[in-house]
Amino acid sequence: MNIINIEHIAKVYEVGLEKVHALRDVSLKIDKNEYVAIMGPSGSGKSTLMNMLGCLDTPTSGVYDFKGESVSTMTDNDLAKIRNKEIGFVFQTFNLLPRSDALHNVELPLVYAGMSYSDRREKAKQALIDVGLGDRMHHKPNELSGGQRQRVAVARALVTQPSIILADEPTGNLDSKTGEEIMGLFQELHEKGNTIILVTHEEYIAEHAARIIRLRDGLIEKDERVESRKVLNTNSASE
Amino acid sequence: MRNILFELKEGLLIALRAIRANKIRSALTMLGIFIGITVVVLMSTAIKGIDNSFQKGISALGTDVLYIDKWAWFTNQEWWKLRNRRNIDMEDYEKFKELAKLPLAVAPVTSSRQTIKYKDRRIDDVVLNGSNSDYVKTTNFTFDQGRFYSEIESNASRQVAVLGSDVAKNLFPRGDALDKTIKIGGANYKVVGVLDEQGSSILGSYNPDNQAFIPIGTIFKNFISHRRNSITINVRAQNPAMIEETKAEAIGVMRKIRGLKYDEEDDFTVNQQEALMEQYNSVVGVIKIAGLFITGLSLFVGAIGIMNIMFVSVRERTREIGIRKAIGAKKRTILAQFLLESSTICLVGGAVGLLAAVLLSMVVDQFIPTSVQIDAVVIAFVVALLTGVLSGFAPAYMAAKLDPVESLRYE
Repeated sequence: MNIINIEHIAKVYEVGLEKVHALRDVSLKIDKNEYVAIMGPSGSGKSTLMNMLGCLDTPTSGVYDFKGESVSTMTDNDLAKIRNKEIGFVFQTFNLLPRSDALHNVELPLVYAGMSYSDRREKAKQALIDVGLGDRMHHKPNELSGGQRQRVAVARALVTQPSIILADEPTGNLDSKTGEEIMGLFQELHEKGNTIILVTHEEYIAEHAARIIRLRDGLIEKDERVESRKVLNTNSASE
Repeated sequence: MRNILFELKEGLLIALRAIRANKIRSALTMLGIFIGITVVVLMSTAIKGIDNSFQKGISALGTDVLYIDKWAWFTNQEWWKLRNRRNIDMEDYEKFKELAKLPLAVAPVTSSRQTIKYKDRRIDDVVLNGSNSDYVKTTNFTFDQGRFYSEIESNASRQVAVLGSDVAKNLFPRGDALDKTIKIGGANYKVVGVLDEQGSSILGSYNPDNQAFIPIGTIFKNFISHRRNSITINVRAQNPAMIEETKAEAIGVMRKIRGLKYDEEDDFTVNQQEALMEQYNSVVGVIKIAGLFITGLSLFVGAIGIMNIMFVSVRERTREIGIRKAIGAKKRTILAQFLLESSTICLVGGAVGLLAAVLLSMVVDQFIPTSVQIDAVVIAFVVALLTGVLSGFAPAYMAAKLDPVESLRYE
């Protein structure tokens, strides 16, 4: 079943008098439990596509169906609901609330979902345990290492049990060893049945995915299966 | 409904986190509201207190009493015109008493300022009223000790005195004034009565508490020439509803007594405390409005402070807003978060301000009367909340409107 079905979407920004075509004509389908990497040099439109996929932005033209619902015509409120329930974001810069501890950061999406205090505490704790941070729940982001921060972000993305996890350069601010750990975590999530979309410009990161979509100048250049997929020993992820 | 309560509760928790995270800034912002609410509440309690005190004082004078006098309490005429009026004398009073049918009581009054002594205690500059035994019927006086002087004492111009409560307290701290002999201007007087506390301090020397009363014949004999001094005729209507009729009759009777022709102006004035009330309202009304306006300004400055801080806060937290939106916060959730933050600051500031105002009003009460009313408390809270919501709205709306993509990119 298609979770994401995009047909001929385009996005045009107006910068002053000039029109910038961030996306020209992109069509793609993503199925449940796929592991997709979106690649491309800067300016290729991959960030725009990722904002579009994440329902942070709507296309100028074209059709975007998310689980059969038309996103292109949704109101801001409906988009917020979709982001809350269906999409888990992981950002390059982690984007945690600096003054809140790990537990509060993770429970925040559940607050917006309207879940009661005790239920959401329970779920947030479990999510932190799942990413291996059971002993760091009351640490604030500045008391955590980069890798740990990204794990908190992953826990936050997972806690609502979303349909897709959208990761934008998740290893961009991490050293290669920690980056590998995070990629191990993603692999594990994928094996558990999650759908993962990864945006990156690093070839060796993209090779973790099962499918790579290459963008150039707002168009899909190539959409291919990965032959020699890099598979990590994932035991390290839950340590 | 449950949803709204849930969002309010969660929004409030988030707002409290934000306030705690910026303690100094929040405290300084609260200070603005605190000062604003304090002065507004203090001003309104002072105004209310002065009003109450004046009302109380004036009603001690009786709302149904007319004062026929050579002088007008409030007038547009030049003072020398009034001065050139003929004096009102005891003869006028006798005739008036005979001719006027409506009044409940009529009494002649004249006064002088004298020193009163008892042993080594003395009070200077006491208003000493001279009247007859009917005087007490034109007032609402009640007695702590003794009685008013009798008709016989009055007619015989005896050396007897009735003391206001403050005068009695000062001369006889132990409260044993009755039947004691005091000295007024060198002559001995027997105290036959002491009044209960009547008026209020706001009337100053017009407050009966600070006065003494002796027979009018005695005051003419000892202190003032009855040729040179005009007296006042106090006229009490049967009830407050009859005051206008009684006044009309009084004017007619006085014109007849004074032999005025139809085209001559009145050469006397019938004063009543309504005029005092009007005068009070016209003066104090302006002070009230000016006072509330000026203190209101300080609250307004506090509100600007809040708005300013909230704008800074939204700017500073642009990225946080982006994160919240990305993980599912709706526009109204963000709006509520910032509105609750500014309202909480205002309510806390307002509550502390109110407390300070109540405490301060106890101090101020030593100098001018104050009165903390429950409506002032309610109004203070409503004003604080409104200030929070109104001054927080523009910044909160700006936050709610932020584009998630751009705010996530904001450094």
